[in-house]
Amino acid sequence: MTPNGATSEAVRGVMPRPRARGAETLWAETWRRFRRHHLAIFGVAVLAVMVSAVLLGPFVYRVPINEIDFKAKLKAPSWAHPLGTDDLGQDLLARMLYGGRISLAVGVAAMLIAISVGTAVGAVAGQMGGMMDHTLMRLTDLFLSLPQLPLLLLIVYLFRDVLKKALGPEAGVFILIVAVIGGLRWMPVARLVRAQFLSLREKEFVEAARSLGAAPLRQVIRHILPNAVGPVIVAGTIDVAAAILAESSLSFLGLGFPPDIPTWGRILFDAKDNLDFAPHWAIFPGTAIFLTVLSINYMGDGLRDALDPRKVL
Amino acid sequence: MPKYIIRRLVIAIPVLAGISLVLFTVLALAPGDPFEELATNPNVPPEVRANLRAQFGLDDPIPVRYARWFTSMLKGDWGFSFVSRIDVVTLILQRLPTTLFVLGAAQLLGLLVALPIGIYSAMRPYSIFDQMTTTLAFIGFSLPTFFTGLLFILFFSIYLHWLPFIYQADIVGSGLPWLWAYAKQAIMPVAVLGLFQGASMTRFVRSAVLEVIRLDYINTARAKGLSEKVTILKHVVRNALIPVVTLVALQIPGIFTGAVITEQIFRVPGIGSLLITSILANDTPVIMAITFVFSCLVVLFNLVADLLYGWLDPRISYR
Repeated sequence: MTPNGATSEAVRGVMPRPRARGAETLWAETWRRFRRHHLAIFGVAVLAVMVSAVLLGPFVYRVPINEIDFKAKLKAPSWAHPLGTDDLGQDLLARMLYGGRISLAVGVAAMLIAISVGTAVGAVAGQMGGMMDHTLMRLTDLFLSLPQLPLLLLIVYLFRDVLKKALGPEAGVFILIVAVIGGLRWMPVARLVRAQFLSLREKEFVEAARSLGAAPLRQVIRHILPNAVGPVIVAGTIDVAAAILAESSLSFLGLGFPPDIPTWGRILFDAKDNLDFAPHWAIFPGTAIFLTVLSINYMGDGLRDALDPRKVL
Repeated sequence: MPKYIIRRLVIAIPVLAGISLVLFTVLALAPGDPFEELATNPNVPPEVRANLRAQFGLDDPIPVRYARWFTSMLKGDWGFSFVSRIDVVTLILQRLPTTLFVLGAAQLLGLLVALPIGIYSAMRPYSIFDQMTTTLAFIGFSLPTFFTGLLFILFFSIYLHWLPFIYQADIVGSGLPWLWAYAKQAIMPVAVLGLFQGASMTRFVRSAVLEVIRLDYINTARAKGLSEKVTILKHVVRNALIPVVTLVALQIPGIFTGAVITEQIFRVPGIGSLLITSILANDTPVIMAITFVFSCLVVLFNLVADLLYGWLDPRISYR
């Protein structure tokens, strides 16, 4: 879309703040606005440290995660074991670096599932309208009133052994947990996307595309979806945090990953009965979960402000 | 008003049916067999097992099984616990009051924290107080309940020896000492859950009040000489609470997540910890019944939210 001189003049008249730097892309502007949110930048920094630690850490800190050493059991942090050891004398830092990968991977993968399903459902409902819309929205309402954790526990309990047998303990549990967490979190995204579609599909630029003969699929993918993506990004960010919390809760209840895959929640589960003589064992993984979730929530808050065109920053 | 309640109840039935359909589908799709225990027990002859299967209708088509299961759930016939050897209904009714007490107290605490703080920080947006509470609220809902629970135990039970970290439903005694013992053990679970709920509610209240307080009719109220207290409480808060009720209602399914976890940490003998023990013991009838009870509670609380909504917003008529 290249507006001719007259309209761009008119548009400039309406704009509250003329663009000094000429054509600034949406993402450049979003970044500029995002940077003003100091806590969001703090979130990005903490998260970057976390992610690089769990990705690169195991290459630098080469202590095995399952080396049992009863002489060094339940030791508080020291030079030999920077974060201390657990009841089998296993090094906590090594375990947390390894488990953190899984915790973060679960968060990202479940978020991807949630926003894909949510966007698909919301787009179909918003674009088709009528009966389809009605049915899909009732389905969304139904899913919204499901009690999440009890259902999550039920599904994991019923399907865990089969998937473990079929795909191996690690991959099986991972896929199950990611699918179930993602499958129970798509509803807010679906509602958001549907609302966006309902307003966007009546806008002039979509009407223009329609009158130029664009097929419905092209209208959706090329014209409507890119404009609906802002709220989805924000919801997706928050979903990562929620998925990490859900996985940690499951593992904390002893029903998530098996003990040889020490996700942060799983370490807390093992630590909770030794609180009185080895508090470090619980405090480090708990703090890791807390800091990750807090940073992601701040990032989401910053993105929300940055992507909201009504908000003056 | 009674008519409205009845209508909402009638609408709740298809929702419950839908939820139960999801639950039943999950169970039906799952591999394994509720009689697996019997199948592996060498003392049970195959004929007995086949008879039992026929008696419980396990070989019937799935729609028939669903219809029978749903009607018996509605009638209150929830089966028999494999592990505790008593009726599931009895078992759940023993545990439910404790859960409802902890949940209710926590929700109340959350509201008591969220309302004054949210309103006050919206009255002075971007002040030091507002920035402090916003930060605290962010920390509050980013701190997972299982971690706060452990921290509370570490600090108040292990370090200070102030509070017991195991919840007993059957404390013996009477009078004030009994009441104090009861309250003392409830402090930590209720605080953990309530502060978590309160943190996100504070944000809802703050942004809702902030939206309303800018409106013209508030200026009018002030201009005609109403005191600040009356303006805020009668004019701002009542309207600001309408979206808050919706948001809190949407959060209700999430509360049970916190409830299950806090009950597990503090060993509160409610239905949440019963759910975990039943899962670990493969007690399928109890698991299904508890998940169903949680669903019913979600529907019930949504109904309560609807009624509150009507009370707060007279534009919604009870028709």
